[in-house]
Amino acid sequence: MALKFPIFMDSQSTTPADPRVVEAMIPYFTEKFGHPASRNHSFGWEAETAVDRAREQIAKVIGARDPKEVIFTSGGTESINLALKGVAEMYREKGNHIVTTAIEQRASLDVCKRLERHGHEVTYIPVRPDGLVDLETLRQAITDKTILISVMFANNEVGTIQDMSAIGRLAKEKGIILHADATQAVGKIPVNVEAAGIDLLSCTAHLIYGPKGVGALYVRRKAPRVRIAPLIDGGGHERGMRSGTLPVPLVVGFGRAAEICGEVMADEGVRLAKLRDRLQDMILSNIDEAYLNGHPERRLPHNLNISFAYVEGESVLMGLNKESALSSGSACTSSTLEPSYVIGALGASAELAHSSIRFSLHRFTTEEEVDHVGARTIEVVKRLREMSPLYELAKEGVDLKSIHWKAE
Amino acid sequence: MAYSEKVVDHYNNPRNVGSFTKDTPGVGTGLVGAPECGDVMKLQIKVNLDTGMIEDAKFKTFGCGSAIASSSLATEWLKGKTVDEAAKIKNTDIVNELKLPPVKIHCSVLAEDAIKAALADYREKHAPADARASSE
Repeated sequence: MALKFPIFMDSQSTTPADPRVVEAMIPYFTEKFGHPASRNHSFGWEAETAVDRAREQIAKVIGARDPKEVIFTSGGTESINLALKGVAEMYREKGNHIVTTAIEQRASLDVCKRLERHGHEVTYIPVRPDGLVDLETLRQAITDKTILISVMFANNEVGTIQDMSAIGRLAKEKGIILHADATQAVGKIPVNVEAAGIDLLSCTAHLIYGPKGVGALYVRRKAPRVRIAPLIDGGGHERGMRSGTLPVPLVVGFGRAAEICGEVMADEGVRLAKLRDRLQDMILSNIDEAYLNGHPERRLPHNLNISFAYVEGESVLMGLNKESALSSGSACTSSTLEPSYVIGALGASAELAHSSIRFSLHRFTTEEEVDHVGARTIEVVKRLREMSPLYELAKEGVDLKSIHWKAE
Repeated sequence: MAYSEKVVDHYNNPRNVGSFTKDTPGVGTGLVGAPECGDVMKLQIKVNLDTGMIEDAKFKTFGCGSAIASSSLATEWLKGKTVDEAAKIKNTDIVNELKLPPVKIHCSVLAEDAIKAALADYREKHAPADARASSE
């Protein structure tokens, strides 16, 4: 099959909607346009039925006992805001301390920063070099004021999957609410809130081949019943936790996307892991001093993150961006102009954070695409190394750390 | 963010990539930036000791496309200039030529620093000889 350019390998930033998802959504824009909270006519009932079905589809893919535990939001960022701020406000009397990790996504870290400005205390525990939370470190961070533990299920940059069940057991033992940011995990790997003891879970549609603009927060109703203060007041929709008219077409698409993921996850995970390993082997066997970031085994099947010593990430992307879409932890590709704090938190040098490239595969990735991107990456990295003063120095045997660099 | 055509051209066809042996007579070397900041430029000039003209220039850069383009352009501009003329190249000239956006201005600043460092290194190595020559 002929390759179609550009090749999209940035599926941890977003995914294309599955055509089956779009098909499910379309009637809800025009014929079935009712308001799900209209209780007295068929338009409303029809919309409510559709929303309830989506709730069930999502509940199923995350292993929730009751579909009512699924609250729709505008996306992952809102779900995380609602979980963290909602718990912080509701349990204020009980305590003011939150434990999270240094490798959470910006949405979580920025919410924590705001909570700190409002009198909460947040402990950002470090992670191990493979990205895993050390349970003992987590245990020691807990105080009698701790009301919430918030941990990413799987990391967006390096793909490391946490041992959520172990974290869940610790949270239960201490009687602390556990929030999992599962935006990267849901629909990709088995997630079960009951088995893992998760009390709150954030997820989003656009990372599972659904539409942008809709997400969900799972809020446990039993053992324990978790309560959260709403961010948005209004008509009391979503059990009072998130007012506002539900975007029914998006919700329907989200539900269908979750349902498809549930059906194909096992096969898709195996297929993508195989392709990912092929890409990884190809790159690592052809380029010296290329380092895999994250956990070698416990990671998302579609994620590959490699640092190429002596070349800067954005320049690698620039060499590839006519034909493929990837992302980098380089400062030049971030809005903050800082290199990836995730790779930094794994103990890598800032230089290797600048040199990191993330390849994220998806449902529609083909073997031909993987081979093309792999071969071109190798070419581009080799070409850039030929023009890298650091590579030259290293080949001459100079220890780069021995040089007194004159930073700007 | 899309790149300007000139940045893309310098990135795809960098001019004067390479190195001179540091202690060759007439060579001045500048090494600026830092790996942890994500950009390092090595820029070298080779001055004709009879005419005082920069007859060749080379660079190697670790950095983004704009950093590579800025240093590539700098080597082009350096050739054929005297050391004094070369000292007048400003980062703003590079910004204008490559149409660098605000977030990439530091790449041009680094290129100007690299030029200055190479010129300073050349002067340090060769000025005493020049001074001797003029006093003879």
